[in-house]
Amino acid sequence: MSAPLQLPKAVKDAILGFNQASRRNFLKGSGALVISLGVATLPGANVFAAEPAAGPYPDPDFLQLDTWIVIHPDNTATFFVGKTDGGQGTGTAFRQMMCDELDIAYDRTSLIMGCTDITPDQGGSGGSDAIERDGIAMRRVAAEARRVLLELGGQHLGVPVEMLTVANATIALKSDASKQVSYAGLIGGKRFNVALGGRNVDAIIVKAAVKPVNELRVVGQSLKRYDIPGKVDGSLKWAVDMKLPGMVHARNVRPPLAGATLQRIDESSVAAVPGFIRVVSRGNYVAVICAREEQAIRAARQLKVEWKPPATAPFPASSGLFDYMRTATPSSVGEAQVVGDPAGALAAAARVIEAEYEVPFQGHSAIGPAHALADPSNGQMTIYSNDMKAYGLRNGVARFLDMPREKVRVVYMDGPQVYGRTAADDAGFEAAFLARELGRPVRMQWMRDEETAWDTKGPPYVFKLRGGLDAQGKVVALEYDACAADHNHLGYNEPDTVLIAQLMGRRPERPARGSAEAPSTLYAIANRRTTTRIVGMPLTWETPLRTGNLRDPNGPQVTFAFESFIDELAAAAKADPVQFRLDMLAVAGEDGVFRKARSLAVVRAAAKAYGWDTRQSPKPRTPAARGNLLSGRGIAYTYRSNTIAAVIAEVEVNRDTGRVWVKRLVCAHDCGLAINPEGLRHTVECGMLHGLSRALREEVQFDTEKVTSVDWASYPSLRHSDTPEAIDIVLVNGDPNPNRPDLAPYGAGETSHKPLIAAVANAIFDATGVRIRRPPFRSERVLAAIKAANT
Amino acid sequence: MSIVKLQVNGATHEVDVDPSTPLLYVLRNDLDLHGPRFGCGMGQCSVCTVIIDGTAVRSCITPVSAVRGGITTLEGLAKNGKLHPLQQAWIDEQAAQCGYCQNGQIMTAKALLDRNPDPSDAEIRAAMDGALCRCMTYYRVQAAIRRVARGTKTAGAVK
Ligand code: FES
Ligand code: FES
Repeated sequence: MSAPLQLPKAVKDAILGFNQASRRNFLKGSGALVISLGVATLPGANVFAAEPAAGPYPDPDFLQLDTWIVIHPDNTATFFVGKTDGGQGTGTAFRQMMCDELDIAYDRTSLIMGCTDITPDQGGSGGSDAIERDGIAMRRVAAEARRVLLELGGQHLGVPVEMLTVANATIALKSDASKQVSYAGLIGGKRFNVALGGRNVDAIIVKAAVKPVNELRVVGQSLKRYDIPGKVDGSLKWAVDMKLPGMVHARNVRPPLAGATLQRIDESSVAAVPGFIRVVSRGNYVAVICAREEQAIRAARQLKVEWKPPATAPFPASSGLFDYMRTATPSSVGEAQVVGDPAGALAAAARVIEAEYEVPFQGHSAIGPAHALADPSNGQMTIYSNDMKAYGLRNGVARFLDMPREKVRVVYMDGPQVYGRTAADDAGFEAAFLARELGRPVRMQWMRDEETAWDTKGPPYVFKLRGGLDAQGKVVALEYDACAADHNHLGYNEPDTVLIAQLMGRRPERPARGSAEAPSTLYAIANRRTTTRIVGMPLTWETPLRTGNLRDPNGPQVTFAFESFIDELAAAAKADPVQFRLDMLAVAGEDGVFRKARSLAVVRAAAKAYGWDTRQSPKPRTPAARGNLLSGRGIAYTYRSNTIAAVIAEVEVNRDTGRVWVKRLVCAHDCGLAINPEGLRHTVECGMLHGLSRALREEVQFDTEKVTSVDWASYPSLRHSDTPEAIDIVLVNGDPNPNRPDLAPYGAGETSHKPLIAAVANAIFDATGVRIRRPPFRSERVLAAIKAANT
Repeated sequence: MSIVKLQVNGATHEVDVDPSTPLLYVLRNDLDLHGPRFGCGMGQCSVCTVIIDGTAVRSCITPVSAVRGGITTLEGLAKNGKLHPLQQAWIDEQAAQCGYCQNGQIMTAKALLDRNPDPSDAEIRAAMDGALCRCMTYYRVQAAIRRVARGTKTAGAVK
């Protein structure tokens, strides 16, 4: 056995250390032995400094084992997967899953993600299903590699496979451990040449079986993320850091008013800016290019452009948004879902409760504004980007520029958080377009005001709920009506909806419909009516109020309204909010993934971890509670796909200032099998705090001409001083058979985020007796609500 | 353009730039240092933070010609191949999500601990308040700082 090997830094920082040209040759099958793939010979230098060859860059064949796994001559392995990691540690989790199936130590492996010419197309990331859906393909191919290696090992050692055992990438005779051969000894640096089956990348079929859960050893360990060291010592190269010889810097010049039309550009206004190269404009799209970054920033600010304002207002002001939404003609209406006889049940109910809720536009507002670098050399186009859908970016740019797909490739590199469809898409297209115009590498970087104002937004909602209680305080009927301003919800990397396309006047025949969603709940309520509708803003295209997926695209809004309302019903029934929910869950039906049993377990676990005392809300004021700080707690429960979460927030509300501090958060979370429990906890924790930011701070503001949220003062975000002093996360496995060998891992990126606004609203009610039906719960709003309630 | 002399992480550099150029772009584009990053360009987020003579400075709004004194960037924290205790604490605590903001978190924390090695929780929150993180890693960042802080004022105060 070879001595434990310290992987060179180049491999840990996988992407930049990897020789992509050798990799492509390897995939093409030219040469049985590709020495340059070996870890020991990986170039430490930045291989991207060389111009990309003309291509073509065909899709790696996902039905070839070699596309997924390479065993190096030094008995290490590299895994290639078509995903990305937005910072939740999914890359580490992928490696853990594949190590287990391949029987190789974690620290002898490396992982390369999301490079369209050398990793199989698994679509990039989205929907928090990387582990749940794509992970199974990764496990299967790794299991298949192990099976093939065992077969080769049997031939090598001259015994049947049944007589062999395998550990740490070495195969040995069960009866005589001295008779052994390493994986490298069998195949190091060589191709497997093994074909896989299956219709698509998610449905790969292999001969090997994946291991039952109880045999997994690397899965379940809280291994440290491989990407963090390079992120804390400054050595990792991110997409934002990419530089190429001859590269120039671009900045966009956006219309100052939404819907404005370009009249005239006065290029002489920037001709004297040092380093000025060119103004590029097409339709209403304008960009300036300079030799240096600070020069491009200056030129973009200085460029004189004449714009014609639109004839009619593009949107109402944010202060009038909800009135507008209530009265606007819907662009589409969902079919009403009716169970039982809600009208009759409401008429017969002992009590009917009614409430309306509102949620404003909220933004991604990535900490690092969108960016990309595009290199057009040799008739190809390479885009260095942190776009979580690298493959979509490749396909979209090819169509946008009318280039063959094989001539376009995307190299995924780390970037600022992407919780959905961010402007990383837009920047990639812009960089590619400008690079082609200039015939040289162009780096596009958005500015802060542009990012906050023009990035895609989560849709605003207005809700109306009615519920009926019988004389015993049981919910007998519930009507839910939701309206979302989500008309023209943008997809990912569409060549006719990215911002540059819209501004150039290129757009699809019809805008996307968007959606308004129903709550995800298992509560058994006999009579229900669910109605939804979508409205649009007056201006559909070329607008900064573009909607797109933002972390659980509709979940936080819908769950806020629904779980607030459940709390209102509980209060009306004078019931404890936890018990009230448990009672409705207890009579629900069960499904194939045991969501009922798991929901009950999760709600109970949250209450237990918090130390929940059973009583109704609001909290009775004791004479002692005369100070200005009121405390209370609130729960909200939901599921997303197959993952269940219940969050309890404890708040402290200052009744003199209206400030809300969430002092403590508890989350009980069930996503099935936990691949890396510590990584999972951190993701759950940060998902909650992101939800807290949306609960307490975030709202996109605009007047009737433009978005006025343009920086961190006008679009406030959660800060250090808002952080809870305690966060407890309980990982529940509420499966009725928690030890079943096929226990699946479900997604975890969004579920804990979803109930947060509701939990905080319910806690504010518990503390103050005041129900606030519209986030964010900034001090002014809370204070005004407290004052209004006391007069 | 004019020649500007800079002391960065102990080495002297001369760059030929417009003296009004924000230090951030000189560090990133001329000196190839990528710890400090662009986040807002307006002094609001701390992502671009460097330390100049013990003070956390936002390099995005600091003209390169205004720099007096030696600059330390994230890359300059490790000494003789050994990570700075804060960097190690960040790894032990697994404090990052995407990591884009972490330069601002670590450099702001370093400036805090250099002037106050024994901060209370309230002092940590106050000193760090301008260091924004959109992945919301605040809880773990504070825990990582407490690992390095002397801890007499914080011990047992926070779970
Ligand atoms: S980039 Fe300098 S403070 Fe935001
Ligand atoms: S770790 Fe992603 S912004 Fe802070």
